[in-house]
Amino acid sequence: MSATLAVSVWRGGADGAFRDYEVPRHASQTVLDVVTWIQRERDPTLAYRFACRVGMCGSCAMTVNGAPRWTCRTHVDKVAPDGRLRIAPLANLPVIRDLVTDMRPFFDKWARARGRFEGRATRADDFARVPPDSEKRRAAEAGIECIGCGVCYAACDVVARLPEYLGPAALNRAWTLVNDVRDAAGLERLRAVAGAAGCHACHTHMSCTERCPKRLSPTAAIAGLKRAVAAAALRGEL
Amino acid sequence: MSEARREALLWVAQRASAAVLAVCVAVHLATMIYAVQGGLSAAEILGRTRGSVGWLAFYALFVVAAAVHAPLGLRAVLAEWFGWRGRACDAALAAFATIVAAAGLRAVVAVFV
Ligand code: SF4
Ligand code: SF4
Ligand code: FES
Repeated sequence: MSATLAVSVWRGGADGAFRDYEVPRHASQTVLDVVTWIQRERDPTLAYRFACRVGMCGSCAMTVNGAPRWTCRTHVDKVAPDGRLRIAPLANLPVIRDLVTDMRPFFDKWARARGRFEGRATRADDFARVPPDSEKRRAAEAGIECIGCGVCYAACDVVARLPEYLGPAALNRAWTLVNDVRDAAGLERLRAVAGAAGCHACHTHMSCTERCPKRLSPTAAIAGLKRAVAAAALRGEL
Repeated sequence: MSEARREALLWVAQRASAAVLAVCVAVHLATMIYAVQGGLSAAEILGRTRGSVGWLAFYALFVVAAAVHAPLGLRAVLAEWFGWRGRACDAALAAFATIVAAAGLRAVVAVFV
């Protein structure tokens, strides 16, 4: 193991450039540790985001040596065996400054995909009883642990080609709600996720699934949406 | 028809035609290899296809599936690579589908009669 890492970090906005730093190397060092060291020891103006440092909040995603990753749980050893790191902001999102992107387009799409639970029960109603091993509950379970990190969104080539595409995370979220038996938005949500900018734009090439740090499969969720939307369309409900 | 419904039904058409094509292409290739290996001449092949309602139906189905499937794939390419979508694009693709179907069916009929 070399004593230092050769790190290039994106500085500036969309028209910025990479700047090089030499960073001391440590055992079990994460990419976020590297960025934090640069900000504390070399340049306090470096802008980046993090919060939990344990893979829960989803705020620390960046492009590391060409691939989107959650940086707080990405070990340097794993992604930079040769001691070289190239750290850039997430792709497919506007760059605000340095490693910080504007996540609004990403989350606006969750809203467009009706990614919000819409209940119909009142306080007078009893608890909903959802059998844990029912098919729907299991389908929801498969996608529920999303932390909204945007890694899948940055990995998706269709998002890059088709900026209005809702993208894997929003569609994955919608699929968990389609399978939530308490949710009342049913057809409205299927309408929101169908179409050329929705689930039908997905090419099933699975970059999202390969990259998702939570090991979710937005691809499977999107395939589920396509089936649900097709069934509704064939029934004449859409 | 709503955009959602149209896209959903086109998706169904694409998947259904793909399923038909998977079978048709396999049968077609196997038949061709058999015909070539066995050293069948063109006349002998025509002798088998002429008047055969089975082959007529099979290849007609093959042509229709291709005429449905290819324009839908092309539609995605045009939209993503060239940003061409909407009514004019769909009309052009419908024309393309018609040409594919007409040319294909003409060939199917030609080896039948
Ligand atoms: S499977 Fe679909 S959503 Fe996932 S990366 Fe591919 S096109 Fe994007
Ligand atoms: S699906 Fe995975 S990669 Fe995409 S936002 Fe959620 S946790 Fe991140
Ligand atoms: S800092 Fe919270 S997930 Fe990385």
